[in-house]
Amino acid sequence: MDGAAILDELRARFGAAVLDTHDHRGDHTAVVERMAVRDVLRFCRDTDALHFDVLMDLTAVDYSKFPGREDGPRFEVVYHLYSLVHNHRVRVKVRVDEDEAVVPSAVPLWPIADWFEREVWDMFGIRFEGHPDLRRLLMYEAFQGHPLRKDYPINRRQPLIGPAH
Amino acid sequence: MGVGGFFTSKLDEAIGWARKYSIFQYPFVTACCGMEYMATACSHYDVDRFGAGLPRFSPRQADVLFVVGTISHKMAPVLKRIYDQMTEPKWVVAFGVCTCTGGFYDNYATVQGIDTIIPVDVYIPGCPPRPESVLDGLMKLQDKIAVQVQRY
Repeated sequence: MDGAAILDELRARFGAAVLDTHDHRGDHTAVVERMAVRDVLRFCRDTDALHFDVLMDLTAVDYSKFPGREDGPRFEVVYHLYSLVHNHRVRVKVRVDEDEAVVPSAVPLWPIADWFEREVWDMFGIRFEGHPDLRRLLMYEAFQGHPLRKDYPINRRQPLIGPAH
Repeated sequence: MGVGGFFTSKLDEAIGWARKYSIFQYPFVTACCGMEYMATACSHYDVDRFGAGLPRFSPRQADVLFVVGTISHKMAPVLKRIYDQMTEPKWVVAFGVCTCTGGFYDNYATVQGIDTIIPVDVYIPGCPPRPESVLDGLMKLQDKIAVQVQRY
C-alpha cells in the first residue's frame, strides 16, 4: 500500500482524531490526537492491509525554540512504523503540551517501546501512561532535568565525581 | 653521592629498564578509538615489539591503564574505581582527544578530560590517533618509566 492510501485509511477510520497529514518527499505522516494515539497505533498494527509489525523508532522533538512554533504545543512524540509484510512505512506524530506531557504507552503493542519511552522520558521529560517501569535509560538517577529540552542550559554539567567545569 | 646512592640509582635504572619492556596494559575501551587500539595491537603495527603485547583484563594485574574512548559522567566512577584497584606502580595513558579534553563532546554527558578524575601520564591526541601516534605515545611512556625514581 502506498503512503497516501495509508493516510486515507487512517482518516477514514479515525476522522477528526487525525489532525493533519502530510507527505514530504514520499515520507507520509499523520498527526493524531494525543488520547487517540494508542487506538491509532493498534489499528496500524492489527489491520491486515496495514500490518505495521515493527516500531522502528519512537522519539520526540522539542519545538519551544523552533521558528514559527514557539507558541504551539511544545513537544511532538514521533512514531516510525514499518511493515515487514507489505514493505511500507508511515510516521505518526502526537503533539504534547508542556504542562500535560503524558502520552499513552505503546509498550502493550510493541515491547521495544519500553526502552524507547524510557529514553524519551530521560531526554525530554515526557511521561508515558501505562509504561511498566519508567526510569531514566541513558543518564544516571542523580541527574537533574532533561538534557534534550531546549531550555536545558548548554553549559550545565552534573558530574558524579570530579569538578563541574 | 655515597656508595648507597650509587647502588640505588643503578638499581633504579635496572628496574626502569625492565619495567619499560614489560608493560601490562588494562585497556579501558569505551568507544571508536578501540578500533585503532586493536590495529596497533595487531601484527601490522605489533605493539609486542615494545613489550606491551599482553593486555590484562584485571586491574590488579595491570601496570598501565589505557583509557581508550569517550568517558561519560555515568562511566566516570567506574573508571576511578578501576584506577584505584590497580597496584603501584601504575601509569595512565589518555588515548584520543575525548579522553584528553572531551574532544568535540562539549556537552552534558561527557567528562571534559579524564585528568579531572585521575592523574594522566601520557596524552595521545587524535580522533582517533593513528597507530604511529599511539606507538609514539607508548615510547614516551617508556622513557618516563625508565627514568622514574623508585621509593625504597
